[in-house]
Amino acid sequence: MKLKSEKIIKPVFGGLAFASLVFLLGIILILFQQGLPIFGVVNLFEFVGGKAWYPTAEPAEFGILPLILGTLWITLGAMLFCIPVGIGSALFLHEIAGFRLRSILKPIIEILAGIPSIVYGFFGMVIIAPFLQNLLDIPIGQCALTASLILGVMAVPTVCSLAEDALNFVPKSFREASYALGANRWQTLTRVVIPAAGSGISTAIILGMSRVVGETMTVLMVAGGAAVIPKSFLDPVRPMTATIAAEMGEAVVGSPHYHALFAIGLVLFIITMAFNVIAEIISRNYRLKLGLGR
Amino acid sequence: MKKLFNTSILILAIASLVVAGEAVKIRIEGSTTVLPIAQLSAEEFMNANPDVTISVQGGGSGVGIASLIDKTCDIATSSRAMKDDEIKNAIAKGVTPVAHIVAMDGIAVILHPSNKINNLTVEQIRKIYTGKISNWKEVGGEDKKIVVLSRDTASGTFEAFSKLALNDEKVRKDALMNASNQAIATTVERTPGAIGYVGIGYISSKVKAITVENVTCTKKNILTKTYPLSRPLFMYTNGKPKGVVKDFIDFILSAEGQELVETAGYIGLK
Repeated sequence: MKLKSEKIIKPVFGGLAFASLVFLLGIILILFQQGLPIFGVVNLFEFVGGKAWYPTAEPAEFGILPLILGTLWITLGAMLFCIPVGIGSALFLHEIAGFRLRSILKPIIEILAGIPSIVYGFFGMVIIAPFLQNLLDIPIGQCALTASLILGVMAVPTVCSLAEDALNFVPKSFREASYALGANRWQTLTRVVIPAAGSGISTAIILGMSRVVGETMTVLMVAGGAAVIPKSFLDPVRPMTATIAAEMGEAVVGSPHYHALFAIGLVLFIITMAFNVIAEIISRNYRLKLGLGR
Repeated sequence: MKKLFNTSILILAIASLVVAGEAVKIRIEGSTTVLPIAQLSAEEFMNANPDVTISVQGGGSGVGIASLIDKTCDIATSSRAMKDDEIKNAIAKGVTPVAHIVAMDGIAVILHPSNKINNLTVEQIRKIYTGKISNWKEVGGEDKKIVVLSRDTASGTFEAFSKLALNDEKVRKDALMNASNQAIATTVERTPGAIGYVGIGYISSKVKAITVENVTCTKKNILTKTYPLSRPLFMYTNGKPKGVVKDFIDFILSAEGQELVETAGYIGLK
């Protein structure tokens, strides 16, 4: 009896597991199939290095450098905010907070991850942007800084909970050995625990970056949307995701504009893919180094 | 769920087939600008003709036209005329698009209420949007940087504005491209140096709609085309409309339908 049900269940679950692979391959296939035709209109260098994005003008220009820089600019800003806050809260939860405090704080931080991005966007548009506009006396509140702040908050739960996991992975023996050698708590933390969890923390940061790069709705609402190469954090920017979201609905299917938007999707996919691969490599090496196996 | 939905539609269809002897479905897709008109008229039309089902979808002018070409919708709504490429594409696939103007829309130029400017010429608007003028003092206002707000380059409103005001010149790179009329209205409301453009339905007391070439953006001036920034709104059908599709288009163009156009915030043709 047991054998029979196992015979059925195995291929069913196996099939489900492979379904994700099929989805992934399907998405990659469509991205390439719909994105590559743009290179019949402009070459790769003009596309990635071009400074003007005028997809509907006559003649159209498909330079996505301002969009790439917009994304990187916002990501940099978000990380400047999110790394100290995310890692700081992970250290606090792990090292300082007692069991009770931790059981309250951790779920609260995780709730941040569950808030829909449009709510963050709306909050940023209605409250943060006008506030910064008045505070800094800038012409417009929808700018890279506003987007960075909000995306930074959005990435905190990812970074914090992954970093805390990394701290938890550090074997107790490391800590005990350090105390046995006479090191105090601070020395143990900075010279033993953090270096040991270092690659896990790096993974947390990279996955947080991945989240920021891919975020769409929020940046569409608060980044300003000007396709200009950013010079300061107070400039409005237009990240790649916002461009796709805003323009896909109106682009003529099969036109160069349509293919260009898919090609932007391809560039985004390659960037986040690279982040994920780097994170995977780091975390694998780290686990081996600690002797935890794969 | 979807299966259940399909089944219930099937049952409904069969039931109405038995009752009325005929069940017809019209699919409308396209411009979000025309969506309110299509939605309201579809509801009224279905009330009057219970044997007809009309589904209305947004997605954008380009999406609607693409669906018409793929024959996945019966009526494509659009806030712009079809492009040459699209017409060529349609004919290649055996579709003959026929345009019906169902309403007029005016694009209002709006400023922050604190701005002293009350009128701009089309040329001044063009210079502001193309980057030749960047400070309000250059058009007689105070010394303040102009924050230029525009719709996304792919939207129907952008296309109409680009044609009517900008002569198809490129919008300055540092213009803030917004995804909706409402986003522009909200930002202008809170930004003292801002200029933006929206459909006439989005003018409110919180922003200042200026005159263009000394003509106010009113219904009368748009219908008579004295207001420079006005445009027609379209519904496209494949070939001359027949049967229920014809009845529906006739309904929108009737006095009752044109009243609905006004309810939706646009300007009726009569």
